[in-house]
Amino acid sequence: MTTTLRPARTPVRAAAPPRPARYALVVTGLLLALAAAAVASLALGSVRVPPGQVLDALTGRAGPSPYRTIVLDVRLPRVLLGVVVGAGLAVVGAVLQALVRNRLADPFLLGISSGASAGAVLVLVIGVGGGVTTTLALPAGAFAGALLALVLVYGLARRGGTMTGSRLVLAGVAVSYILSALATLLLVVAGRPEQFQEAMYWSLGGLGSARWDTLALPAAVLAVGVGVLLALARPLDLLLTGEEGATVLGLDTARFRAAVFVLASLVTAVMVAASGAVGFIGLMAPHAARLAVGAPHRRLLPVAALGGALALVLADLGARTVAAPQDIPVGVLTALTGGPLFLWLMRRHPEGAPR
Amino acid sequence: MTELRLHGLSYEDRLRSVDLTVRPGETVGLIGPNGSGKTTLLRCVYGTLAPTAGRATLDGDDLHALGAKARARRVATVPQDSATEFELTVHELVALGRSPHKRFWEGDTDADRERAAAALARVGLTELADRPYPTLSGGERQRALVARALVQAPALLVLDEPTNHLDIRHQLDVLALVRTLGTTNLLALHDLNLAGAYCDRLYVLERGRIVTGGTPAEVLTPALLDAVYGVEAEVIPHPRTGSPTVVYLHGPPGGQEPSIM
Repeated sequence: MTTTLRPARTPVRAAAPPRPARYALVVTGLLLALAAAAVASLALGSVRVPPGQVLDALTGRAGPSPYRTIVLDVRLPRVLLGVVVGAGLAVVGAVLQALVRNRLADPFLLGISSGASAGAVLVLVIGVGGGVTTTLALPAGAFAGALLALVLVYGLARRGGTMTGSRLVLAGVAVSYILSALATLLLVVAGRPEQFQEAMYWSLGGLGSARWDTLALPAAVLAVGVGVLLALARPLDLLLTGEEGATVLGLDTARFRAAVFVLASLVTAVMVAASGAVGFIGLMAPHAARLAVGAPHRRLLPVAALGGALALVLADLGARTVAAPQDIPVGVLTALTGGPLFLWLMRRHPEGAPR
Repeated sequence: MTELRLHGLSYEDRLRSVDLTVRPGETVGLIGPNGSGKTTLLRCVYGTLAPTAGRATLDGDDLHALGAKARARRVATVPQDSATEFELTVHELVALGRSPHKRFWEGDTDADRERAAAALARVGLTELADRPYPTLSGGERQRALVARALVQAPALLVLDEPTNHLDIRHQLDVLALVRTLGTTNLLALHDLNLAGAYCDRLYVLERGRIVTGGTPAEVLTPALLDAVYGVEAEVIPHPRTGSPTVVYLHGPPGGQEPSIM
């Protein structure tokens, strides 16, 4: 007991709240970019609407006109659905990455989106409630499918005690294929031809079905989901320190994980029911957000949500204009940009490297 | 002050009916060869393993029955390492030590940030506060985890090989720091001389059982070192402090006999 602790070289001071200015800057920048992308999306497309007309329609100054109909009834719900779905998928991606402690997690890659698609197709084919209640029956079916896929993938990847990123992604891809195949089989055997067409949305992803009356549920689920997850920012941060670290800091990891998995499945399912399986948003947006504002979820989730919204609105704008008047499924564009990012991340963070 | 008692604590075949007491304010060291059950014992105390038989109690409360959060308010842990795939900064990681004392939706207050900054200063990591934790060296990480435990303001501090990756200066600093906190401390140690110098009492584990326990002078004997570790050693009092100091007799394998023999 003869040693004495070295006196601190620098005086004790409260560290400034980490990067607050940067956070505000990033959020402001994203909001401005999102607003610009939204206005561009309202103006551009198979019919060009002059920016002045867009603003008139939005502010209610325009009288009844084809422009007003295009902007308010066709494009605006589509843009808003893009915002909601992009934000939802990004937040779910960020949360899944914390839950499985792997930055390659994404609702698409973990098979949750495919599970949701299969569930939705099942509802479509057996025709629960006919036409009217499908706005609720489809998401419910998707939720059941998403939960099933998640349980399968997690169970398969965990076998043998340890869960590595490669096991997780392999299990996700395999389950994803199986469920997609089952959904296709179901459609071919039991579905009607027009259902087959409709079901293509779920396999490719697209915002073309956006209408005002299909927007409320995803928006509500997003608001509740993001609110709850923001409140859970601290336990989510604890998960980043590992199973043992989270437990010794007081988190019941098994219960917490199960609860958040269910919430993540719900958000994913509702987004997929609205827009099909749009891949890689949940991978790209959280990654970019972490680079910008760091890993703590209180800052990460809002930035990821805005980033995801921006990414999907831009991707959808691209999907509608690149090959106009052809409408490319937006999932194709997100896969074309997100796939390479996935490969880059995989190379950059090889497994077995010290963590 | 807090007292830790283990009553017949067992975990599968790795820990067999261990009885152990850490009296209020005491610093107790666990020593024993690799695989003797030190980490398993500590895990049963800090709660990541559920004992298969027996109990660990803190002032009479069963630690396992307490639940994760109530336990974390009273027991802080410095594990061997903390995995992190994502880049929390050192300050962010240390500030998470306040979690057991907060509702899950509460953010950090200025007081929390000050505590974290003070803890970082105590382990000499102030300059690295904004560095991503995964970029730290092993020793710096270990000190960050010690700082996190300080921020937790525990009654019982459990440390698993806290000096593992540290250079000698920081080994002495961390152990001296642990003794100044006024906590009851249980730590697993490899270095017998550090165990002898910094612990009030030692327990020796071998294949999941406690072989012996007592003051360092009682425990660290040539006979015990031979029986448990299979090494020949002399134990002499430290010339200045008088703490038992182990001097190993090592000859080159197949070479000449150690000169003392």
